[in-house]
Amino acid sequence: MSADWPILSATIWLPIIGGLMVIAIGDKNSNNARWMSLAVAVMTFVISLPLYSGFNPGTAEMQFVERAPWISYFNIEYYLGVDGISMPLIILTTFISIFVIVAAWEVIQYKVSYYMAAFLIMEGIMVGVFSALDAMLFYVFWEAMLIPMFLIIGVWGGPNRVYATIKFFLYTFFGSVFMLVALIYMYFQAGSFDILSFHTLKLTLNEQILIFIAFLMAFAVKVPMWPVHTWLPDAHVEAPTGGSVILAAIMLKIGGYGFLRFSLPITPDASSELDWLIISMSLIAVVYIGFVALVQQDMKKLIAYSSIAHMGFVTLGFFMIFMITANPDASTGALLSLQGGMVQMISHGFISAAMFLCVGVLYDRMHSREISSYGGVVNRMPWFAAFMVFFAMSNAGLPGTSGFVGEFMVILASFRANFWFAFLAATTLIIGAAYTLWMVKRVVFGEIANENVAKLEDITGRETFILASLAVAVLALGVWPGPLVDVMEVSLANLLQHVSVTKIP
Amino acid sequence: MHFDSSTLIPVLPEIFILTMVCLIMIIDLFLDESQRQTTYLLTQISLAVTIFITLLVSSPETQVVFDGSYIRDPMSDGLKVFICIISMVAFVYSKEYLLKHDQFRGDFFVLGLFAILGMMVMVSSASFLSIYLGLELLSLSLYAMVAFDRDSKTGSEAAMKYFMLGAIASGMLLYGISMIYGATGHIGFSEVASAVATSGTDNTVLVFGLVFLVIGLAFKLGAVPFHMWMPDVYHGAPTPVAMFIGSAPKLAAFALAIRMLVDGLEGLHADWQGMLIILAVLSMALGNVVAIAQTNIKRMLAYSTISHVGFIMLGILAGTNEGYISSMFYAITYGIMAVCSFGIIIAFSRKGFEADQLDDYKGLHERSPWFALMMLFVMFSMAGVPPTVGFFAKLFVLDAVISVGLTNIALIAVFFSIIGVFYYIRIIKLMYFDKPVDDTPFEASIDTKVVLSVNGTSLLILGLFPASLLSICTAAFG
Repeated sequence: MSADWPILSATIWLPIIGGLMVIAIGDKNSNNARWMSLAVAVMTFVISLPLYSGFNPGTAEMQFVERAPWISYFNIEYYLGVDGISMPLIILTTFISIFVIVAAWEVIQYKVSYYMAAFLIMEGIMVGVFSALDAMLFYVFWEAMLIPMFLIIGVWGGPNRVYATIKFFLYTFFGSVFMLVALIYMYFQAGSFDILSFHTLKLTLNEQILIFIAFLMAFAVKVPMWPVHTWLPDAHVEAPTGGSVILAAIMLKIGGYGFLRFSLPITPDASSELDWLIISMSLIAVVYIGFVALVQQDMKKLIAYSSIAHMGFVTLGFFMIFMITANPDASTGALLSLQGGMVQMISHGFISAAMFLCVGVLYDRMHSREISSYGGVVNRMPWFAAFMVFFAMSNAGLPGTSGFVGEFMVILASFRANFWFAFLAATTLIIGAAYTLWMVKRVVFGEIANENVAKLEDITGRETFILASLAVAVLALGVWPGPLVDVMEVSLANLLQHVSVTKIP
Repeated sequence: MHFDSSTLIPVLPEIFILTMVCLIMIIDLFLDESQRQTTYLLTQISLAVTIFITLLVSSPETQVVFDGSYIRDPMSDGLKVFICIISMVAFVYSKEYLLKHDQFRGDFFVLGLFAILGMMVMVSSASFLSIYLGLELLSLSLYAMVAFDRDSKTGSEAAMKYFMLGAIASGMLLYGISMIYGATGHIGFSEVASAVATSGTDNTVLVFGLVFLVIGLAFKLGAVPFHMWMPDVYHGAPTPVAMFIGSAPKLAAFALAIRMLVDGLEGLHADWQGMLIILAVLSMALGNVVAIAQTNIKRMLAYSTISHVGFIMLGILAGTNEGYISSMFYAITYGIMAVCSFGIIIAFSRKGFEADQLDDYKGLHERSPWFALMMLFVMFSMAGVPPTVGFFAKLFVLDAVISVGLTNIALIAVFFSIIGVFYYIRIIKLMYFDKPVDDTPFEASIDTKVVLSVNGTSLLILGLFPASLLSICTAAFG
């Protein structure tokens, strides 16, 4: 189906142009910049809603397609479209971006207009990544994303921000340039940069493995998977709250999305050949990083490590499908596994955003992220404590919250692959509960630890609005994931179809 | 010999600029200090008119005149227009610098115009002799420009070095040309090409000559291991001269390579491809790695130029039309980026302060957010980060290299560009993340500001719409 007006282009360019206008407004009266940014973010969200309401879940075809030549000599097109995999991620992006703007309302005082503009431009670029169907357009958005994030961490970040942001930039840039070479290589095989034509490309196993590794370098850094995750804790700790939220909620998802859009359908044989590698990396992330999270002293670092562990679930879900399909008595397990990974991505988008915002609320008041400088926060901030405990529970995978759905689906599917995968994956329910709840216990409960905590004031209306909205989203997805699962079902089934056919000529 | 005056029409741009430079030289003699602006304005007007004439005489066909020593084709038209545009921009910035540093003299512009004339002759050469003529006109003007600041010791040293090494390079080139003349009996590119085609390529004298030709070319482009003069000249020369050397002449050097290697010796592609691969890989490696260690931004840009030259060579060595197109795109893009980077250095300098240390850029964002943003565009463009045009330049070159099966070379190229990213984003780090060390307000004249803004944003605009610039390059190799 195609709409009568270019929804995707509007969703990409409105925030980018809006961001430039916010810069033009400048910092003379910061409130103008704030309201303008909020208006742009809300408008973008509203514009993106028809993507959901007008979406036809019955087909795996690309929808809302826009196609125009861009650089015709190299057959590069401005080619946009969404399917059930990318559409929820776009809505997630436009939704979370509103809270990023609101969360920065009073906190950011230094160069407000630039801060807001950076996030708006970032939002547009991220939507572009999810909707691009031309590989070069995808790559342009993918790399362009680094520029605003680099500046956000570097300008508004913490004391060690320069180290963190340069590390972030070089890591992600390093990962992606090899993908560029792979994309160009495939261009000469397929004759165009159309991603969908890549999906039907015949490649020998050798080529597939090299291409797969190039993709893996790009996406594994972004997800991030163990052992290339080390940029993430640094970046998270130094980034301002909004930066952490965008990083955790959306940028990490772009890596997962890349696996679904590129690695699996383009190089299925190589994926099947090397699935042990991804599965072991994912399981190490789930178990080992879980333990690493347990010993963190810094709240943001703890959540950062928990993000890596949760993203391990996502990649586990994506790459288990080969073992499940190899198992003769598992018919629907593979689809369940993919769905679990997707639901986990969306759910983690909400939960990690909420967790970082919670830490942001505390940090704005105390200017400390150390767990040990808190204690007994519940006595001074009962409302906040309620939210924080709720989000911590969902982070640990409490049934009834969205965190449970994805993890449960993946664990269920993993039984069809191998009992020990399921066993190791399920340990996260224990470890995850341990590190999150232990942190909550030390921060929220107990006696008031020191006089700084005694002076804390409960959350303002603005903060309540943010946390409550996210809590509703987490609950809704946890109680009734149906709508989300439905829109992606056909697309994922189609992906599975692609993956099960060998691409070796 | 029969003379047909219509053969002069394709040469009109060169004739016009030669006339103007002679006129300006004489007019400048009769002007006193307060009227020096007239020289500058006349220079800019003549360049603008040259662009106009070039467009007027341009056509999709190829015309060869002067007994096969001069050629006018879409490539020469495109390159001439960009040489003039980039030089005009460079002169705007140069005027800013010369005024700030009380060195506003007419001979700078006269020498510059002679250099431009040399470049135009190079671009339009159809024989080894005329290309050598153009090259020497360019080089001699540049030697003199490097020594423009008579009282500067580093300037004179740089000029001496440049002159010595440049003379050696010219000698090499001339020696190579004589070998090729000996082997084929011709100096016109098309005659040489047909002689090579008929006599075969296993001619030792021919390949021997080719080696010297490539050495001369590598000297002029500044490719490793013939790059030694570049850092010293960039560092020692006055900033506007370094800017001038680093921008438009690279387009002419690109033309030099295309005319000699492609128009003349395409039959020996298998031989020169191997040589260029070595030069290109070494240039990208050394340029990017050594640039990290620099503390002087002009020196850093010199090493960055060396790495860009490696990329330009990559496109040429692919040996396909697509490769030449991508290489031309890269050269033009590089010219625009280079002139903008030096423009910011100039705009940021003031009397007694060259702004050539990296630390001088600390906190530039606080002092001038807009020009810090322009520098950000330049740096991301040089690093090849989309959506700036520098990314597309790299993309097209990689595209061309992979299309001829040299995927390994492409991997080496991207690997070194990752290393390169580090020193470009270090500039951004200094500008945006550090606090300013001095708070002197940013002062530049209005025309510099406007041109600099257009120059900087053009990197982004061309990045969003690269097809416009690409179509000029595809027309050149249709």
